[in-house]
Amino acid sequence: MEKKRKDLHIGDKAFYWILKVMAFGIILLLLAFFVLLFKMSWPVLSKVGPSFFWFNDWNPVTEEYGALPFIFGTIATSLIALFLSVPISLGAALLITEIADGGFRKILGFLVEMLAAIPSVVYGLWGLFVVVPFLRETVQPFLSQHFGFLPIFEGAPLGVGLMAAGIVLAIMITPTIATISREIFLTIPKVYKEGALALGATRWEMIRLSILKSSVSGILGASILGLGRALGETMAVAMVIGNRAEISASLFSPAQSMASLIANEYAEASGEMHLASLTAIGFGLLIVSLFMNSTARIIVWRVERKYRGTR
Amino acid sequence: MREKLKSVLSVNDFRRKIINVTMISLIVISSLVAIFPLLSVFVFVFQKGFSTLSLNFFTSLPAPVGETGGGMAQSLLGSAMLIGLASLIGVPWGIASGIYITEYGHGKSAWFLRFSNDLLMGIPSIVVGLFTYSFIVAPMKGFSLLAGSIALGIIMIPIVSRSTEEILKTVPEHIREAGLALGISRYRVILNIILRGSWGGILTGVILSVARISGETAPLLFTSFNNQYWSGSLTQPISSLPVQIYTYAISPFEDWQKQAWAGALVLILFIFTINVTVRFIFRKNK
Repeated sequence: MEKKRKDLHIGDKAFYWILKVMAFGIILLLLAFFVLLFKMSWPVLSKVGPSFFWFNDWNPVTEEYGALPFIFGTIATSLIALFLSVPISLGAALLITEIADGGFRKILGFLVEMLAAIPSVVYGLWGLFVVVPFLRETVQPFLSQHFGFLPIFEGAPLGVGLMAAGIVLAIMITPTIATISREIFLTIPKVYKEGALALGATRWEMIRLSILKSSVSGILGASILGLGRALGETMAVAMVIGNRAEISASLFSPAQSMASLIANEYAEASGEMHLASLTAIGFGLLIVSLFMNSTARIIVWRVERKYRGTR
Repeated sequence: MREKLKSVLSVNDFRRKIINVTMISLIVISSLVAIFPLLSVFVFVFQKGFSTLSLNFFTSLPAPVGETGGGMAQSLLGSAMLIGLASLIGVPWGIASGIYITEYGHGKSAWFLRFSNDLLMGIPSIVVGLFTYSFIVAPMKGFSLLAGSIALGIIMIPIVSRSTEEILKTVPEHIREAGLALGISRYRVILNIILRGSWGGILTGVILSVARISGETAPLLFTSFNNQYWSGSLTQPISSLPVQIYTYAISPFEDWQKQAWAGALVLILFIFTINVTVRFIFRKNK
């Protein structure tokens, strides 16, 4: 009873409601994203329908709009990034949690965080003037000379293209995957590790049996979050992907991703349909990012909850 | 567990040791591979940016193509204004949401708010730009400082909310109970006891979020756009450091590319100084 009366206090009530409105405002904001982007892309979605997303031509001059080449570019670069980044990130996370100690662990953790602090546009600049020339002059000629018979290494070594974008993206999502994997590894109860070591397991066997085996779903969650980040990454990709609406099996070929297309064309979009088509691609990115983030968060959250009692 | 261990341990010891050493080395090598780009970015940005950096860079407007010299003064001022205005939106909103979730939220509703916050954080920043375009730039029929600030502000909200929440979570429950037991009303307990003890941590989160948005480029491309001249107007396009770096980087002119490296150096130094200082102070407080 006492408590109830106190809650009626005017200052208390005002404070409570102000906070509540702002906190729930975030949910409204999410809904507004959904509604406004849908409304802006309505002209193209109503005219072309969902086939917009698997139509292969993009030509603002003839007013033909299809998102397939950009969906391809986004998925291809993100998968390359994930493929390169997951083993490296897991290695870094394991070194930090299981092998390094004291000052070394702190420094390593700090460096990984700094990797996340570098802005996308700086990665793009570095990618354009350091990674791209290196790929063009060293890596790609070597690959095409020795493995040129593979379709993925076909074509002229341009430097810019899927390979460059995939590599830069891999670097950018490494901190995300490493940090979340580290958090997952830290939730594993100490007894598991000590038990394995006490039974005579080597350190690697301990890592494999007590840590990796029990965090498979957590690692999956971390990878989905990394993938989600890669899909929406804009500037660095726009600067190294070559900006060409093309679908090709070769890693050497220039392409275009959904996010980098928007970055390139939106400010100079020529008409209502062009603007609507670009927004529709952004709407697609929004849906995918919401879906991936919710899936990954739920997985990670479940894993963390699983061990909470036993730690 | 024991079954599995037994089967593993029955393999001969020498092979196990070799595998152990190999795998541990692979872990160390992959960590080095992960860190290497950081060093490379640093080395190149310093090497290529430092020679172009001069007092001029901070005080003058861009020089026309072909002329050397010139700077990014208008972009630096623009970035400062964008960040300042973005903070006016992101900081109060983020802090309020963080306080609500920790102090009043419970059970399902708190979980759901936290979840929405994570989702907002996960939206690609270019989509935030599209969103801001649709309700500010389109109706106002033009790129503007206001639009850019709102886009950055939206990106700030979930970051500040999360960090506020993390700090307030560390305040022990008995402090809240002690305050309430003294008959102090709830909002006074929050404002005068809990926040007073945690403002340092909350400020840390705010400063880190400033470092985070200071490098954002994608949401500014079609909200605040760019400007080669001074501008202080809320309704006019304005330059910003990251957009200027981008414009110069993809230009075909070598002078401009040099300016882009110099800009990247300034941006990186700003972000890293903040990160290192804040971490140092925070650790000392702990």
